[in-house]
Amino acid sequence: MRTKATESLLHVVLLGWAALVTLPLAWAVLSSLKTDAEIFASPWSLPDELRWDNWARAWQEASIGRYLLNTLIVVGGALVLVMLLGALTAYCLARYRFPGNRVIYYTLVAGMLFPVFLALVPLFFVVDQLGMLGTYHGLILVYAAYALPFTVFFLHAFFRGLPTAVAEAAFLDGCSHTSAFFKVMLPMARPGMVSVGIFNFLGLWNQYLLPLVLNPDPDRYVLAQGLAALAVSQGYRSDFSGLFAGLIIAILPVLAAYVLFQRQIRSGLTAGAVR
Amino acid sequence: MRHGKNRFLIGALAAPLLLYGVFVVSPYAQAFYLAFTDWNGLSGQAGAVGFENFTSLWSDDLFLSALRNNGLMLLVVPLITIVLALFFAAMLTMGRSDQRGGIRGSRAYRIVYFFPQLLSVAILGVLFQFVFTPNNGLLNGVLEAVGLGSFTRSWLAEPAWALPAVMAVMIWAAVGFYVVLFAAAMESIPRDVLEAARLDGAGRLATFRRITLPFVWDTVQVAYVYLGILALDGFALVQIMTVGPGGPNNSTEVIGLTLYRAAFTYGEFGYASAMGVTLFFLTLTLTAVALRATRRERVEVA
Repeated sequence: MRTKATESLLHVVLLGWAALVTLPLAWAVLSSLKTDAEIFASPWSLPDELRWDNWARAWQEASIGRYLLNTLIVVGGALVLVMLLGALTAYCLARYRFPGNRVIYYTLVAGMLFPVFLALVPLFFVVDQLGMLGTYHGLILVYAAYALPFTVFFLHAFFRGLPTAVAEAAFLDGCSHTSAFFKVMLPMARPGMVSVGIFNFLGLWNQYLLPLVLNPDPDRYVLAQGLAALAVSQGYRSDFSGLFAGLIIAILPVLAAYVLFQRQIRSGLTAGAVR
Repeated sequence: MRHGKNRFLIGALAAPLLLYGVFVVSPYAQAFYLAFTDWNGLSGQAGAVGFENFTSLWSDDLFLSALRNNGLMLLVVPLITIVLALFFAAMLTMGRSDQRGGIRGSRAYRIVYFFPQLLSVAILGVLFQFVFTPNNGLLNGVLEAVGLGSFTRSWLAEPAWALPAVMAVMIWAAVGFYVVLFAAAMESIPRDVLEAARLDGAGRLATFRRITLPFVWDTVQVAYVYLGILALDGFALVQIMTVGPGGPNNSTEVIGLTLYRAAFTYGEFGYASAMGVTLFFLTLTLTAVALRATRRERVEVA
């Protein structure tokens, strides 16, 4: 049915897009290892020698290292918080009948329909009044709050699908509600937790709008924000190569995670879209 | 046996609901209220101005450019992304009806295509600002290398090209995700259906139109809504990539940027909230229309 010729043609087209995807990234890696003069001379040329000092300069002087640390703290904190609260909420809503259950569920899920821009102005003042502008804990709480709707929505369906018999048996064995959740139900929900965890990690890692508004202190900048600030500021023209290096350093953790968990990441994210 | 249920529920739900109430529900509720005031953040009290903020939106050139640009993005970005993604997904899953099943290297293609989806919009903005840089950028470099030097230009500085450049970045980053999504949907088409079509003498194009497309239509519908929401945003890319920001002659102004500037540069918080409310209703309309329009079409196809 399929001839060799059509198959080759298919590969040409498919490789074309693959090249289009990789070229900008490969070019950025190459540029991060050149001197500014080499970058200006030609976008193509290979560097005379690999300038790893660009990376060191980006890490130190352009504070990419600090931004990375800030990001790890904020995203890590928010991730733990939203997974814990999201799983608890989803479990209670999925497994217990009580007045207000539906109202709470729909209020949470409705949060996914609203554009964040709508909340931006009042959110700024809420965080300001709580004295949390530009603090780690302020950002962690806001990140967790905005990741909560999807987390609950996804895990709600997951807890619904788990067999009831196991929980019943746990109660017969004298488990309290709390330990039934932590010792029995949560471990059973692991696949769902992993999917939604990956989804949340990437979503929070890539946040730009929220930190831009709520995190004005340059010492606390997260990676995306710090990188954009460097690129937008006037001074960057003087250090092209350093900025390229910063860009690559910012991409590397995500790339590493993708290489290690590419199957889980793709299925986690696409599951998030279809839901 | 099940004692302590209420105590458990209250203990479990108090923290998440408090968090959600303070940081999500209350800001959204306040936004609808602020949109009808002239609050500038300084005066202790916000004066009610009725619909004045909304009526002045319609004579605000900046907001109208933003609306026009987002509208254009809404027409172009989802359409091109979905067509490209369907095309590549069909290629990756082509030939499933014969023994070999799928094209060679199908997995590897998916791994590569998907990667841009993982990049933060900020990283995309910085990366493509470099790509479009006139003197030493990648795009002009490529054009010169293949002998199209006359096409080189200062992409982000020309009003006619700045917005297409931004849209190209959105499409570049989104296509791979939908390739993976559509390819998975296409793989769930029962093999005997495809085989029956082949035995009936249906060509590739006919099979795609009559069988593949109707089967994945639900997924396309979801993709349309997501891409539409993406196209109504564009804030980060525009703010980082284009001059101003907002581009030459406001050619890349988007609603998010107008809102951000009104609020955090000029302190017009009531006015900015009115833009937020408008954006909300646009999103809602888009979702409703996309779901309805595509549903009708689906019946025709089936």
